[in-house]
Amino acid sequence: MSTDTIEDAPLLKVAGVSKFYGSRIGCENVSFELWPGEVLAIVGESGSGKTTLLNCMATRLNPSSGTVYYRMRDETFRDIYRMGEAERRLLMRTDWGFVHQNPADGLRMTVSAGANVGERLMAVGERHYGEIRASAIDWLGRVEIAGDRVDDEPRAFSGGMRQRLQIARNLVTRPRLIFMDEPTGGLDVSVQARLLDLLRGLVGELGLSAIVVTHDLAVARLISHRMMVMKDGRVVEHGLTDRVLDDPQAPYTQLLVSSILQV
Amino acid sequence: MPTPLVVHDVAKTFTMHVRGGVRLPVVENVSFSLKTGECAVLGGPSGVGKSSILKMVYGNYAVDTGEIIVKHRDALIDVARADPRTVLSIRRETIGYVSQFLRVVPRVGALDIVAEPLVERGMPRDAARERASVLLARLNLPERLWHLPPATFSGGEQQRVNIARGFITDHAVLLLDEPTASLDAVNRQVVIDMIEEKKTAGVALLGIFHDADVRERVADRMVDVSAFAPARAA
Repeated sequence: MSTDTIEDAPLLKVAGVSKFYGSRIGCENVSFELWPGEVLAIVGESGSGKTTLLNCMATRLNPSSGTVYYRMRDETFRDIYRMGEAERRLLMRTDWGFVHQNPADGLRMTVSAGANVGERLMAVGERHYGEIRASAIDWLGRVEIAGDRVDDEPRAFSGGMRQRLQIARNLVTRPRLIFMDEPTGGLDVSVQARLLDLLRGLVGELGLSAIVVTHDLAVARLISHRMMVMKDGRVVEHGLTDRVLDDPQAPYTQLLVSSILQV
Repeated sequence: MPTPLVVHDVAKTFTMHVRGGVRLPVVENVSFSLKTGECAVLGGPSGVGKSSILKMVYGNYAVDTGEIIVKHRDALIDVARADPRTVLSIRRETIGYVSQFLRVVPRVGALDIVAEPLVERGMPRDAARERASVLLARLNLPERLWHLPPATFSGGEQQRVNIARGFITDHAVLLLDEPTASLDAVNRQVVIDMIEEKKTAGVALLGIFHDADVRERVADRMVDVSAFAPARAA
């Protein structure tokens, strides 16, 4: 995968982020930087804190402490928790994307596929119906959904198609950063492979940065440059994806890697 | 002659935490360097750590101590301590690697797998595919296979895809882990010719070749990895 857009500043700077639920640790003292064009996988078992961390970065959850700085399009770094609500929402709708594990959480199931994609364009001020529709059909094509399905509701789509529609809806505004929570979870293996190939291509082509939460190490290997392994809310290992998988250092990472069933 | 790669005093031990913390020393005091236009061959019996050395140079295995200095974008960089972004940049531009086995990506055809390293460096896809097809033809991979994902290819066919992918760029350093292991005599000869061409172009090659005939024909120098065996004190 390409990280050709090496620029001299990271896109996201996460410092000392912790989230406590009462006395229970969600995630603790996580710091890292994400660079333009880079895909970071966060792996770990259920309850390891990976989704909590993702939600803290994506402003879906308020961290108990720590800062998350984002490089805006005007090149200024802004603490996303010190932005006004309106500004943060605009960022979420335009420059960021969020792909949920369950497509129903990220789609509007009772409006057409075209409207699902077009909605985000309207949020950035696009008003011309014909152009919105053309854009929607173009994006459906890019995620391999036939143009004649543009007026169908996602309720009529298979799981894999819904997930591809959710991706189109997120990418139509050309975001720079996309968060994904188990994007292939719950899909059949062959459907997974298609989705991963598609994601891999789009991320490379658009020079996107992405943070992907997954418990599937094969998914992490295929789409990420860098990997962070979490256990009990803490990062136990962090490095180049193939290095972490082929020469894991932390006891927990070794256990995870050695638990993969070979086919 | 310029020296694009210097390995200095490198040591590596595997600690198997799931086996009660057993420590397996692999190599120590690994020191050698590569010059442009030469092919150095790592020698020694199986299990002596030849592949581990290649993987450390490529940044795929962690290095416990020592340095692996590579000339990258006119700067000297220690791969052993470089951050992931830098390692990826080195792989894209400076160090190529032909592994023993092809890691297949679902749905991606052979031609695109071979073309990918050029696309990643910004070459238009059509031009990259053109270059890829020249290499695949040279390696006698039947044209009907070019657009198929190599998952179902034979070992020798996969290996040729892997070789084409590794040789397509003009990286200054090329690592070869048994590139001829599952090839017939004709294709072995093609690979030998391709290695000679890389040398002429000034590429520094570091390889592992179990086939003594191939080894003798391409090697300018042997690096005896047995000399880096850890002292069995522990």
